[in-house]
Amino acid sequence: MLVKVQAADFDSQAEINAFPQEGIRGAGGLVSFVGTVRDYSDAADILAMEIEHYPGMTERELERISAEARAHYDILDSLIIHRFGRLGPNERIVQVTVWARHRAAAFDACRFLIDVLKTSAPFWKREITPTGMRWVTDCPGCRAGTREGHSHGVAPAVGHQHSSMHK
Amino acid sequence: MIEVKFFASIREQLGCAQLCLSLPRDGACVADVLQAVEAQTGVHLGGQHLLAAVNMAHVAMTAPVSDGDEVAFFPPVTGG
Repeated sequence: MLVKVQAADFDSQAEINAFPQEGIRGAGGLVSFVGTVRDYSDAADILAMEIEHYPGMTERELERISAEARAHYDILDSLIIHRFGRLGPNERIVQVTVWARHRAAAFDACRFLIDVLKTSAPFWKREITPTGMRWVTDCPGCRAGTREGHSHGVAPAVGHQHSSMHK
Repeated sequence: MIEVKFFASIREQLGCAQLCLSLPRDGACVADVLQAVEAQTGVHLGGQHLLAAVNMAHVAMTAPVSDGDEVAFFPPVTGG
């Protein structure tokens, strides 16, 4: 397993190409998820996103969930990259790639990793909008890994809405 | 001594990123550390959704804390 927590942008395909080959011999394919910064939220345009993290614990958590994925799914190896610092709209934030002998395990483990990352890895997003900064607050729907789009009313402090393409 | 770290909105509410405290008592738990932080800073953090870690692993508020531990308090995470 490989975990990278970094400020710098990354090239998704280059990261896949550079992945150590020993661990992924026999792979029948890979599934990759790349998350990017949205350019909107409910109330305002987003000029930038600031991501804070807990150095040390972040890496440990990502390694822990990678080991959990390997224990629960029939996969060969995995890669997680997550950025911190200030990111502009549409910039890449996160990549999860899973190699497996068969596609079902690759899809399932990739989904598991991005869902669990969202509820356990110590990162906090802050939106920079034309009117100021605000912390993105917890979203129970995201926490549950809801497949369908879901929306929030006025609760939590920063109400927001997701389309069906939410991730 | 224990090192206590704060992140994101909790760090901002307290106006500091970390504090060094003596262990509140023998057999102390995370909630005791939180109480000591509130007493020292005069900022009440209760009543909001807080997460805690001891030595960089997620724990419950009832988890034990020992001398030399690193304790952290932060809001629910929002990465990904």
